[in-house]
Amino acid sequence: MSTPTNTATTNPTRRPFFRRRKTDPFTGPQAPKIDYKDVRLLQRFISERGKIVPSRITAVSVKNQRALAKAIKRARFLALLPYVIA
Amino acid sequence: MPFYEHVFVARQDATPQAVETLTEEIKGILEANGGKLASQENWGVRTLAYRIKKNRKGHFVLLNIDAPSKAVQEMERLQKINEDILRFMTVRVEAFEEGPSAMMKARDRDERRREFGDRDGGFGGGFGGGRDRDRGDRGDRPPRRDRDEAPRSFEGGAA
Repeated sequence: MSTPTNTATTNPTRRPFFRRRKTDPFTGPQAPKIDYKDVRLLQRFISERGKIVPSRITAVSVKNQRALAKAIKRARFLALLPYVIA
Repeated sequence: MPFYEHVFVARQDATPQAVETLTEEIKGILEANGGKLASQENWGVRTLAYRIKKNRKGHFVLLNIDAPSKAVQEMERLQKINEDILRFMTVRVEAFEEGPSAMMKARDRDERRREFGDRDGGFGGGFGGGRDRDRGDRGDRPPRRDRDEAPRSFEGGAA
């Protein structure tokens, strides 16, 4: 009846459904270590085209994103990951 | 002495024994310059993500090196000359990781995948297109269905 007062404190009007804030996959007790040798892990953070996926999509923290980008670039240099998937 | 992780890629048509002697040579160089090889790991022949000097595959070897920088420089100088070595990379680390590296742990699963189709299943990022973005960004890419006939693992919308 009346206007909702306390439904969502973060962003009341933006979306009709609530999207949970994703958490950084590299923090927490079970978090994997960012390592250029772990191709399987790094592959999750590159797009189909081979680009590094932005952290706003993957929810990786800024610090970890820097480490991740470096690891991906190292893996690329060793031809473990592609620079571009044509 | 500082610790280094060193990975080098040898030509695909080098024999495993040749790679073995190559690592022995490197070990010799390091020891002659007052360093030592803490451990080594042979990743075997892996498909390269792109061609290097016309090679599609290469022998990968990881070396954990405990040596003065002089020794590493000398080793790298000789590797640049050696035509059997396609790539090498040395990374300084604070400590060696114990146990097998992530590469070795992932290997058997990787190998099983490789049998299915070389290029295809290899790379397809975990994050597909549209579904996961929570903020509008650049416009959609033009459709590339013609090239992407094969079903990718994490495609955004089910077609």
